[in-house]
Amino acid sequence: MTTAVVSKSPRKRITSTKVKYALTVLAFLLPSAVPLVCFTFYPMAGALWTSLHKWNLLSDMQWVGLGNYAHLLQDPATLRAFGNTLYYIVGYLPLVYVGGLGLALGLNAAIPLRGFLRGMYFLPVVTSWIVVALVWRWLLNPSVGIVNQVIGLFGLDGPGWWTDPTWAMPSIILASAWKDLGFVMIILLAGLQTIPQELYEAARMDGAGWWSRLRHVTLPMLSPTTFFVVVISLINGFQVFDQVYAMTGGGPAGASSVVVQQVYDLTFRYSQAGMASALSWMLFLVILAVTIVQMIGQRKWVNYA
Amino acid sequence: MPNNVVNPAMALPSLPARPRTNSAKARHKVRPWQIILLILVILGACVMFFPFLWTLITSISPGAGLSATPKLFPDNPSWGAYELLFSQTKFPRAVANSLGLAIATTLLQLLTSSLAAYVFSRMPFPGRNAVFALYLATMMIPMQVLLVPLFVQMRDLGLVDSYLGVLLPGLSSAFGVFLLRQAMDSVPRELDEAARLDGAGHLRIFGQIVLPLVGPSLATLTVFSFMSSWNSFLWPLVILRSEELKTLPLALAGMQGQYTTQWDVMMAGSVISILPMLAIYLFAQKYVIQGVANTGIK
Repeated sequence: MTTAVVSKSPRKRITSTKVKYALTVLAFLLPSAVPLVCFTFYPMAGALWTSLHKWNLLSDMQWVGLGNYAHLLQDPATLRAFGNTLYYIVGYLPLVYVGGLGLALGLNAAIPLRGFLRGMYFLPVVTSWIVVALVWRWLLNPSVGIVNQVIGLFGLDGPGWWTDPTWAMPSIILASAWKDLGFVMIILLAGLQTIPQELYEAARMDGAGWWSRLRHVTLPMLSPTTFFVVVISLINGFQVFDQVYAMTGGGPAGASSVVVQQVYDLTFRYSQAGMASALSWMLFLVILAVTIVQMIGQRKWVNYA
Repeated sequence: MPNNVVNPAMALPSLPARPRTNSAKARHKVRPWQIILLILVILGACVMFFPFLWTLITSISPGAGLSATPKLFPDNPSWGAYELLFSQTKFPRAVANSLGLAIATTLLQLLTSSLAAYVFSRMPFPGRNAVFALYLATMMIPMQVLLVPLFVQMRDLGLVDSYLGVLLPGLSSAFGVFLLRQAMDSVPRELDEAARLDGAGHLRIFGQIVLPLVGPSLATLTVFSFMSSWNSFLWPLVILRSEELKTLPLALAGMQGQYTTQWDVMMAGSVISILPMLAIYLFAQKYVIQGVANTGIK
């Protein structure tokens, strides 16, 4: 094949191989690039455009500029949804981080059954949010749930959990922490395993005790992993929805409504697509801002050796 | 301690003075703290596992939730709840829908991701890094932001309430491209050079040399793709309407309205939803854990 082309002209051969190479690149890339453009970038821009309009999904769009955003910033239901989302994050993050770190430290030590135990803690991670929500609704059932039965053994009255406005968010946080604990644990374990043993030997030589080694060796060396866990947890935390939808539906009386629940309700219950798009873009901007702030802030506390 | 003047920790260096051999031997001896730690970790694992056990127990306790809490060892266990679920057409259909969609999504993502990963690993072109960055950027965009426009797009394409409508937005996975590129980068390039000298083109190098060598990462991606499709909720909730097309998570969420107090039925549904993931997880535990661990190390 090559000889036949060479006999024509060397320049033509170069172009034809170049074209062939470019076509191969395209053929390999397009199957993934086309869906990403069509179903991620294009709708992302579409959402921005829609957010500047009043639209009920059917009739013509009506330009309102930043009106939707201005409205949302003063809307009590939206502010409450953002507040509840923050409540979720503030409750959830310390729980999974401290729990995950404890487990990672415990399961990094030389103890029997280590692999099996890691597997046990990881199990909830592969379970769907809907199942997690259903199971915890049952565990935390106010009258016949096992948790309140156990609390009853001590002669106490358990709370109403997801049926009680005060306890709805804590119930969701508890179920979510149960599901994600193993995930955080595995990431932190991977981080722990990159810390050179010599550092511990040196600290021990210097007479550092267990607590001192944790504070002055483990935590600083683990800070990049911690940073990763915090960033991922915040991104996921702001997007919390499935478990809320299935556990409380945002109730009772909006006590656990979160931002994505609002987006969903605005779109499919109230047909306010413009408003919903504005809210989802606000959520995206908040996530972006928080992530950027952390990227900048990390210089202060993350230690890249 | 003779010289604990300033800081107790400073006084300790005299301790490691004991012969090295001793501590090496001590390593084989079980120390008290190890036993305490083991007990704590096992107790924790029992607490973590209990919800699964309770789900199973409830599912075989007829009448659970109507009046009383099921017993840890049910008096008259029965598969009644499972029979009830499978006697209706809706539930088996939902299982089949979820299974079909998960398999299709997984196969498509494996194909699209591995092809793209090969380009990012082996076929340089101007602006390639920028394109790769764009791929990665899509991981930052939450599904929720795309909800309204994607729905409208599908409506205009006439794909609302269809399998294709569920499937299309998940055709490619940026995570998969990222994961497989990492793996392909570690396949020695000498292998492709040798194949190229033998006259192999990119398609053959991709299919016969690189792909077989990234098997473990393909396994990781298989598990993750299957899991995310099997468990996905928000998008199917938005796009699917008719009962025959509903996926398992949607059916489970819907059961809450139908079987408000029949917890045995709802827990039976949960068990059926957990089982496939459990099976996959047990077979591929190594790859799942490796996949999660790898995302943390950049």
